[in-house]
Amino acid sequence: MNFIHWSEQLNVYLVIGALLFAIGFFGFFRHQTLVGMLISGELILAGAALNFLAFGRFQPANAVTGQTFALFIIGIAAAEAAIVLSIMIAVYRHYRSIETRDLKDLEG
Amino acid sequence: MPTTIYSLLVASIFTSFVIITLSGAVMAVVTRRLVRSVCGLALSFLGLAGLYYFLHSPFLALMQILIYVGAICITIMFAMMLTDPHDQPVSHGRGFLREAASLLVAGLLATGLIALLGRATWMQSNTLVRSDTLQELGRVLLFRYGFAFELISVVLLLAILGALVVARSGRGSKS
Repeated sequence: MNFIHWSEQLNVYLVIGALLFAIGFFGFFRHQTLVGMLISGELILAGAALNFLAFGRFQPANAVTGQTFALFIIGIAAAEAAIVLSIMIAVYRHYRSIETRDLKDLEG
Repeated sequence: MPTTIYSLLVASIFTSFVIITLSGAVMAVVTRRLVRSVCGLALSFLGLAGLYYFLHSPFLALMQILIYVGAICITIMFAMMLTDPHDQPVSHGRGFLREAASLLVAGLLATGLIALLGRATWMQSNTLVRSDTLQELGRVLLFRYGFAFELISVVLLLAILGALVVARSGRGSKS
């Protein structure tokens, strides 16, 4: 494995995807606000999309399957971000805070 | 000789994209200020768009910049403006313990995944990969994956409507 040919290797991309997933996982437990957890979730989704694209590039069953799935992931992530934004605003209206330690009671 | 210089240039560009992606992700996760966190996320997605370009999908790279950097990061900024969040400084004791535990779990996850990757063997595929797949991508989206495509648009419509309903619902009763 040569430094020059790193961009032609499947495993390099898979390692980057795994690192992105692990970093997002770490942030998901570390951040104490809903915004931070949303950001970490986006990182996890990005790692998954990178894996799909890498397999679509190096192990293609079809030239565009990986790209199609990555597009679907982007669409789902956009929907998720919109929903989470509205939930954050609703939660903030109830509790005056979006820190996870303050969101303790179920009844509003 | 020019070929060597060319490939060296390509390799250094690729390495810089990798470094941008990973350092942006680390910055998004490690910092205490959420504005910096969003900036790290945007940086990471820019690097990821470069990686997508290296994976022969320039359309996806463009979509990554347009949707993630342009739309989702701005949406998160709006959420922060509307809700005024601030992460507490870490207090010793339980907070420190939780940080250490999550670092341990994430490190175990990363090393486990990378070890699995080192042991895996992939089949050799001999399908031709070109980089000008945009027309075929459009055709596939409208024919083979047409149902999933329409379903995604319904999901997006419902997400917008649901976001409006959830964000508006408390407003009438309060005032």
